[in-house]
Amino acid sequence: MNDDSTFIDLTRQHQIFVTRVIIACIVAIVMSIVIVARYFDLQITRHQDFVTQADNNRVHMRPASPSRGLIYDRNGNLLADNRPTYNLTIVRERSQDMEQLLVDLNGLIDISDNDITQFKKRLKRRKPYENTALKYNLSERERSILAVNSFRLAGAEVSARLTRHYPSGELFAHVIGYVGRINEEESQTIDTIRYSGTDSIGKIGIEKHYEDSLLGQVGNEHVETNARGRVMRVLSKVDPLAGDSLTLHLDRRLQATAHAALKDHRAALVAIEVKSGGILAMVSTPSYDPNLFVSGISQVNYSALVQSEDRPLFNRAIRGQYPPGSTIKPIFGLIGLQNEDISAEHTIDDPGYFYMDGVERPWRDHNSKRGGHGKNVDLAEAIIESCDVYFYTMSVDTGIDVLADYSQQFGLGRITGLDIPGEQSGIMPSKEWKRQARGQPWFNGDTINASIGQGFMLATPLQLAVMSARLASRGKVLEPRLVKARNGVEKPPTEQSAVIDIDSEHWDYMHRAMRDVVHSPRGTANRIRKDIGYNMAGKTGTAQVISISADDEYDRDKINQRQWDHALFIAFAPVEDPQIAIGLIVENGEHGSSTAAPVARLVIDEFMKNQPDQQLGQR
Amino acid sequence: MHKNDFVRQLQTPGGSMKIRQALNLDYMLTGILITLCAISLLVIYSAGGQSTLYVKRQLVFILAGFVVMGLVAQFPPRVWERWAFLLYIAGIASLAAVLFVGVEINGAQRWLNLGFTRLQPSEFMKICVPLMIASYIAKNAIPPTFKHVVLAVLLIFLPVFLVIQQPDLGTAILICASGFFVLFLAGLKRSYLISAFVLALAALPSLWFFVMRDYQKQRVLTLLNPQQDKLGAGWNIIQSTTAIGSGGWSGKGWTKGTQSQLNFLPESHTDFIIAVLAEEFGLVGVLALCGLYLLLIGRCLFIGLNATSMFGRLIAGSIAFTLFIFIFVNLSMVSGILPVVGAPLPLISYGGTALMTLFVGFGILMSVAGDSKKR
Repeated sequence: MNDDSTFIDLTRQHQIFVTRVIIACIVAIVMSIVIVARYFDLQITRHQDFVTQADNNRVHMRPASPSRGLIYDRNGNLLADNRPTYNLTIVRERSQDMEQLLVDLNGLIDISDNDITQFKKRLKRRKPYENTALKYNLSERERSILAVNSFRLAGAEVSARLTRHYPSGELFAHVIGYVGRINEEESQTIDTIRYSGTDSIGKIGIEKHYEDSLLGQVGNEHVETNARGRVMRVLSKVDPLAGDSLTLHLDRRLQATAHAALKDHRAALVAIEVKSGGILAMVSTPSYDPNLFVSGISQVNYSALVQSEDRPLFNRAIRGQYPPGSTIKPIFGLIGLQNEDISAEHTIDDPGYFYMDGVERPWRDHNSKRGGHGKNVDLAEAIIESCDVYFYTMSVDTGIDVLADYSQQFGLGRITGLDIPGEQSGIMPSKEWKRQARGQPWFNGDTINASIGQGFMLATPLQLAVMSARLASRGKVLEPRLVKARNGVEKPPTEQSAVIDIDSEHWDYMHRAMRDVVHSPRGTANRIRKDIGYNMAGKTGTAQVISISADDEYDRDKINQRQWDHALFIAFAPVEDPQIAIGLIVENGEHGSSTAAPVARLVIDEFMKNQPDQQLGQR
Repeated sequence: MHKNDFVRQLQTPGGSMKIRQALNLDYMLTGILITLCAISLLVIYSAGGQSTLYVKRQLVFILAGFVVMGLVAQFPPRVWERWAFLLYIAGIASLAAVLFVGVEINGAQRWLNLGFTRLQPSEFMKICVPLMIASYIAKNAIPPTFKHVVLAVLLIFLPVFLVIQQPDLGTAILICASGFFVLFLAGLKRSYLISAFVLALAALPSLWFFVMRDYQKQRVLTLLNPQQDKLGAGWNIIQSTTAIGSGGWSGKGWTKGTQSQLNFLPESHTDFIIAVLAEEFGLVGVLALCGLYLLLIGRCLFIGLNATSMFGRLIAGSIAFTLFIFIFVNLSMVSGILPVVGAPLPLISYGGTALMTLFVGFGILMSVAGDSKKR
């Protein structure tokens, strides 16, 4: 190679290089434009979208749970409050591997299969980034184990929450009811926003009926979280509003007294404040601990409750329907008087049985030795000694439809309208009722059965109490009420209550007769009069569980205990100015006088203790 | 002789010009580098959750980088031309060593443990390969003949093959590109270019089926539809585009980026650092950075165009375009144009080995520049 060619060669090499650089530069510029266009697109054209996305990333709305309204008795005793409990919750998005996390957690604390099944169900219903509870009610030990290991449990956290607690346990279970987890069915119907701060809902009783007031208003917090879900700061918040606190008419002392007296029986008692219709006590035994249900009842506990022969979950006070037996006699007597089928002077002769025209079979008088109540039995005696034949005779004249019409005003055969759900209506039969319900015509024999509260007739203990209260108040029709005040404010009485159309003298007569049931030596409830410091009116009743033919004697030894007669009692006191009225039943208690009446005495005694004026006046 | 020049010029009174010439430092290049490194420290501080830990380490890397660059610059280009083969052999050996005694992190075996620090030999190959190819081609005919092209391609593919084994497809492609640029700038015939292009296209399916691992395929699929697996493979790309997009024109302000500060952004101080910058300084910040990069690449090309030797031209040009490709791949990957590969943003991402490689490259550039100025 000579210098010349080398020179040419070098120039050519340089030119090739320059050309290639230019080509590469052009390509590079095109690529740069693509990049710049991409960043322009992201940062300018779609800027708003990404701002929103970045905010969605970091800002989360957390519901702030309102505390559920408290429930007090009339004296300010707390019947339902809220206690802090600690729950283990998981945010699925923040756990890298949820199944592994569950395994890890199970290695640290005890998590049952049921917990996991329930958790997975809940998981399906929740919103993204929402806490899902895995285990409730962590013990202090479990909490500290989780705290120590929290660094390797991404996605799991222990959260404090207020949980319903019923300090009186089983005492008020049937009245107040309980809250429980929102189940799948409920989650379809509830307003999910209102319930975003809680996973509990009132299931029965006051808790259910007043759910709307007790729930409160959910608040919220906008929080900034980092990628691991850790809250960095609170950006804004709206405080939750606590639910209304409710004051009930219930009196804890009366409730406790009644419960203690009845707890070994299957029984129910309802006590009503005569002047207001407020429920002073409402007991159904056996009862159960409502606290079991709050954070999910275990299968074992639940089966035990459901399978128990005594049916502790069954609210006898409003759902138990029993033949009212002789407790019906006072109102039937009043109806007879008002309807002028009988008078105060009217008497009958009671041979111990009653024959109706054209019927071979006699109706027996259950409340007398063979031989009956004797001659010249008037209405007072028929009430005091509970003579059946008097009412057999009277009822045929009065007729079932008149009896039914009045009885309904006393609260029988229809829902009383108490402010808890689940009430049964009982049955106050009439000709119309029988045609519709049974498709049969009414017979006079049916009237005779009904005249002593048997046959088709059924009433709940609540209805007995309402009847008793309306007897006491001389026919003032007040709906029974549990809630007395909301946030301390009493609801003013609204409508003028209706009054059952019965003459004043008849009320006087019946009050006297019912007083003598307790206070007369001949009264069926006379055994409770000992040392009584006030005037109590009452009426015993016995309801047959099985029918016994007229010829057979009721022989308790031959009958299974569960088929023994039910014992009933209605009462009010003091007779002069009635304050409290009671209806109660003891299943298979046999006689109202021996089993039921003493309980009424105990409860009314307890009530009268706090009525100093009355006590002084009567002594 | 070189040393004598150096001593003589130092002893000559006056003239910082002369000292500069003696040290072979290109002021413009140095200025751009210092600016970029300063930006790097600022962004790393913010990305690292405002801890000075990474900043301090990176500062050490930068200072070491400048020292290395200065040292490299002291040797004239022909020294590097001569030593290229040895460096290449050493690089291949260390790559082979990685496969046998390398440290495995996150399922990839890329590092050699030197006791005091870990070294990523594949990073060094990004400079060794273009050096090797440039010296090989410059020694022979320009434009390269078929024989030389074949040999050069083999020289490129040997390290590429080794890096794929680690596996590190991203780096392998970048090494491949850096070698290819030398061939291209040397005037590789158009017919070769076309056939190489066709071959590469034809090789794509086999790349998919035989070379790419499942996670690599997943990354490609994710690019096509990041929403498909929001919390898994799609997470990175969703979070980085969100960070970039929410920055807007002027950004949320230094250390005020919610995506990076609240840890939504993965790898925020390394591969995804541009997302932090874009979120906190906005499009203005991104464009400013791109401007600096253009200056830097422009300066490299200027040095290349003014180089006196073919080797100098080729190495300067290939470094310039390789740098461009690094930047392009990183910016595209973070903004969701290309699949996620392990490619840091040159001079800005945290990381020592990549920085060293770059500074070695700039040192060689300065050596080339100094050489042409002296003539």
